[in-house]
Amino acid sequence: MHAVREFIDKIGSASEHIAIDVRDMIIFLGDLAKVIAEVVRHPRKVRWRETFYYMDMCGSQALPIVLMICYLMGLILGFQAAVQMRKFGTELYVADLVGFSILKELGPLMVAMIATGRAGSSFAAEIGTMKVNEEISALETMGFAPSRFLVIPKLLAMLIVMPVLTVFGDVIGLVGGLTVGVTMLGLPTVAYYDRTLEVLTPMVFALGLVKSVVFAFLIAVVGCMRGFQSDSDAQGVGRAATSAVVTSIFMVVVADAVLTILFSLMGY
Amino acid sequence: MENNREKIIEVKNLTVGYGDTVVLENINFTVYAGEILVILGGSGCGKSTLLKHMIGLYTPFKGDVLIYGESIVNATEDEKRKLMRRFGVTYQGGALFGSLTVAENISLPLEEYTRDSKAEIAEIVNQKLSVVDLEGFGDYMPAELSGGMRKRAGLARAMALDPLLLFFDEPSAGLDPITSADLDRLICKLRKDLGTTIVIVSHELDSIFTVADRVIMLDKVTKTIIAEGDPKALRDSSPNEWVREFLNRSNLKKAGMQDSVQA
Repeated sequence: MHAVREFIDKIGSASEHIAIDVRDMIIFLGDLAKVIAEVVRHPRKVRWRETFYYMDMCGSQALPIVLMICYLMGLILGFQAAVQMRKFGTELYVADLVGFSILKELGPLMVAMIATGRAGSSFAAEIGTMKVNEEISALETMGFAPSRFLVIPKLLAMLIVMPVLTVFGDVIGLVGGLTVGVTMLGLPTVAYYDRTLEVLTPMVFALGLVKSVVFAFLIAVVGCMRGFQSDSDAQGVGRAATSAVVTSIFMVVVADAVLTILFSLMGY
Repeated sequence: MENNREKIIEVKNLTVGYGDTVVLENINFTVYAGEILVILGGSGCGKSTLLKHMIGLYTPFKGDVLIYGESIVNATEDEKRKLMRRFGVTYQGGALFGSLTVAENISLPLEEYTRDSKAEIAEIVNQKLSVVDLEGFGDYMPAELSGGMRKRAGLARAMALDPLLLFFDEPSAGLDPITSADLDRLICKLRKDLGTTIVIVSHELDSIFTVADRVIMLDKVTKTIIAEGDPKALRDSSPNEWVREFLNRSNLKKAGMQDSVQA
């Protein structure tokens, strides 16, 4: 009896936490919407220099790891597919499987995971540290909306670089599949290439990019929000960074599921 | 006599705290134009908390804070921001933006709120830097400066828009006695030259006797103002023993400091 009560207690307090989290997120998005509206009306108010800095940090600096992970992903996927397909003599379909999986799912998802680990956590840590140093208070008492300085450049940078990274990830992932097709299965390069182009429509590619834009938004917003929620001490900043990563991964996967269902309902 | 002077800040029936804990209850006081008021008290008595309510960072449980006659508690976000531009705040660690140079830190409010040209802004920045004795440090990053320099740079930034009201959160905390005395002189000079009204949160007795026209002492136990007035008069003749003790301890500290210097 006691254990049951404890269990229900736990569920209750966990639900309360989730409810508070959702409420905070809505408040944060509401405030952010106001700032976004202001920035859209006056684009000069965007801190472009910071935006370029974050584009470099989240984009160009992430490129090597994105290329490596996505190439390996294509390779692994191709290998696993090849093992199965070979049994049925349908080796060429490896191109289909790798192509669809990378463009629709794994390209955007892998790039999002890398961005979560690199950018999301660093956004949270950076804003959390600024909070510890009273820099956020200083921004406020100087009459600034902190999100215009701290969120908009990061969000904008992520929205721009994530689709670009995804394009790179997609292409190199296909190359990974091709590597398996040519070496392990002995398919002619041209045959694999033609098959890939034949099955992949521009729409498949575009929907993957739509996903990456949604993921970029989630990662940037969650990272910044966790930073603002950080406790004002060193451990608090650490917890904020962890929580940014955990929440981002969760939200990205949920968003992925929702978008996949949505796209398939639309017939893609 | 004081009642005839212009009221810059009025704190009315202010009750503040965190969560369910009340830290200060029913606080009432006024800051008059051109005076240096020091809020003081033992550790954890809520003096920094009080300051953060006065500058509008926190919302009080009850009561009101009027700055230039306008309520910062009941203001909308936009009104609050406008009001905030009319005063400067210097934070404990300087709170400079780490990604910007010292000069960029100071020019930030100028770029955002004035239509001055780049050259005009650069000139103002240099002038502010010279006021706080940091000429030539404009291109340094905050991380390259010492604690005292960061505080002074923070002060330069707080003064960028020439506010006639300045708040200091623990200006002497973490500074050596000489640097701390320099900062005190700077504070006195600001008031003398510009007539700036200054509110300081501090527990450094040496600096309190140098700069303060008036002090407000907060008490942790009663959660109210326990004494108010000229610090020297309070030290010598306050009816409250704790107040006299607190303010007289500076003598002990001085003796202790000299010992350590000689050793």
